[in-house]
Amino acid sequence: MTAGPLSGSGRLMGALYRGADSDLAYSFRRNPVVVTAAIVTLLYFFGAAFADWIAPHTPFDPSTLSLGDAEKPPAWIEGGDWSYLLGTDNQGRDIFSTILYGSRLSLIVGFSAVIFSVVLGVGLGVTSGYFGGWYESIVMRAADVQLTLPSILVALMVDGVARAIFAGTDIKTDATFAIYVLIFAIGISAWPQYARVVRSATLVEKSKDYVAAARVIGIPSWRIMLRHVLPNTMGPVLVIGTIDLALAIITEATLSFLGVGIPPTQPSLGTLIRVGQEFLFSGQWWITLFPALALVLLVLAVNLLGDWLRDALNPKLR
Amino acid sequence: MAETPLLEIEDLAVHFRLPVPLAERAMGRKPKVLKAVDGVSFAIGKGVTLAVVGESGCGKSTVARLIAGLYRPTRGRVAIDGHDVTAARDRTRALRRRLTMIFQDPQASLNPRWRVRDIIAEPIKAFGIAGDGQETGRRVDGLLEQVGLAAADGEKYPHEFSGGQRQRISIARALASQPDLILCDEPTSALDVSVQAQILNLMRDLQDDLGLTYLFISHDLAVVNHMSDRIAVMYLGRFVEVADAAALFAAPQHPYTRLLLETIPDLGMTGRDREAVAGEVPSPIDPPGGCAFHPRCPHANERCRTERPELRTAAGSAAVACHAAEEGRLPPAPAGGAADG
Repeated sequence: MTAGPLSGSGRLMGALYRGADSDLAYSFRRNPVVVTAAIVTLLYFFGAAFADWIAPHTPFDPSTLSLGDAEKPPAWIEGGDWSYLLGTDNQGRDIFSTILYGSRLSLIVGFSAVIFSVVLGVGLGVTSGYFGGWYESIVMRAADVQLTLPSILVALMVDGVARAIFAGTDIKTDATFAIYVLIFAIGISAWPQYARVVRSATLVEKSKDYVAAARVIGIPSWRIMLRHVLPNTMGPVLVIGTIDLALAIITEATLSFLGVGIPPTQPSLGTLIRVGQEFLFSGQWWITLFPALALVLLVLAVNLLGDWLRDALNPKLR
Repeated sequence: MAETPLLEIEDLAVHFRLPVPLAERAMGRKPKVLKAVDGVSFAIGKGVTLAVVGESGCGKSTVARLIAGLYRPTRGRVAIDGHDVTAARDRTRALRRRLTMIFQDPQASLNPRWRVRDIIAEPIKAFGIAGDGQETGRRVDGLLEQVGLAAADGEKYPHEFSGGQRQRISIARALASQPDLILCDEPTSALDVSVQAQILNLMRDLQDDLGLTYLFISHDLAVVNHMSDRIAVMYLGRFVEVADAAALFAAPQHPYTRLLLETIPDLGMTGRDREAVAGEVPSPIDPPGGCAFHPRCPHANERCRTERPELRTAAGSAAVACHAAEEGRLPPAPAGGAADG
């Protein structure tokens, strides 16, 4: 960038100051529910990122497991063990540790799926809004058609088809492969809303004269879309993306619960709930209840953040 | 003409097809055509200001956008300094650099997410005018000062400025590519009158300093009188009168020009009777036959209703498209020019 009167670090400090001073930060600070939701979300991120250091046990290393510790109840219940805070499952795995690792997987899948659908939806939305014509018609009709199907159904379908295609090949059983399939399936099920929102915002921005000014001096279309139009359409995308993150985590959990998601060898929260519910009627309620609570708390926190962001960025509600 | 004019347009026209609902299209209805600009010709020499005036919807902004290459003309030709740039592929970088545009709405013509410094630097970078980032920065600072802002203002965002200041930023951006021709699309219409004068004076000073050529689009005759050397009066996509500014104000020929001049308030409060002209601009989708102005014209006769008048050279350097003027049916021009800005 060009050398201005301010140095690089000066500009960064200026941006930080403006950030802390903005309407958004003000609305954040005076809303205790949102602050709590943000703290909870951050705790999840932290726990997921540093699960290797925080988790008291290594539940997926069979050499550290002992069947003697299997099906221990939570620590505060008689028969519980304080080294297994939330109890253990039927193989002696620490529930608290599996929740940490499971949240990591759920967050990875959720984030990647949202990023995938944002890239796909925003890309198609901004180009169809900018170029128009038959290309726009095709993209938007495709979005309309997909919106008539519930997104969980689309994800289930895509997931099933992908599994059928790769059935028989040796990558089928690979847990990492299952993750990619999930990301693709969940991501593809959510692109239409981004495409619609970004297309309509692009139509508004494209008619403004700053785009005309760039066209007059011959700035190429892709650059106008990327540098001029896109930054002005990102507000709603941020909001939808946050709410969508919660939805993607739930979709992942649902698919895993239905047994078409992530295999039990490296379980996500949804897999943990599915595996645990088999023990519900034999009395080991903690195996499924705690992962379920963890999922509810995570989704609730992210949803609250998304709702707040939507209201805070809506000029009509200020 | 001995010298090649900087900008020459010939029989320029653009027709927009209006969308027809699918059901009606299936029933065989032809799409309606809006003739926004329908055969306009003029030439501007270097350092001259040509103003295009007319009511809203007459196509004057479209003329500027056609020349800027924002619309593709249906027919006609645009040439910059003798080079044909009608087709987009003929607009080379070197030719693009010679013209820029200033827009009406200072709110919408600056990207709200960009710093002013980056907005002004965009043409410099696009045309590779400065060698490196440092030189770009120096040029931006210089441009900001040239339009009466401070170099430090470059760090700010457009919303931190008033309308007049934003229009100064627009002018700085227009100057950044060192153009010869600036298309000004109602650059002061969105501003307070006191600020208008500042911006207009700035534009005139810049013209004197840099030898700029302006195509000045406006609906405000007082502004046009202050700015222009030559004036083209536009009505429903066509020119009805083209004349030197002084001649036009002193002796307007076309009845429509006279109508426009009647609308200028006079500070002398002479209380003289004004000829009120009834009616509004007809729809350009379905323009009246013959002379487009005949439904509002007090001098229209049968010929005006059936035959479209062409732009003919009249007294001096003026050209008028009016049967009545040609036949000498018009009363003499109202004495004493309505505006003496």
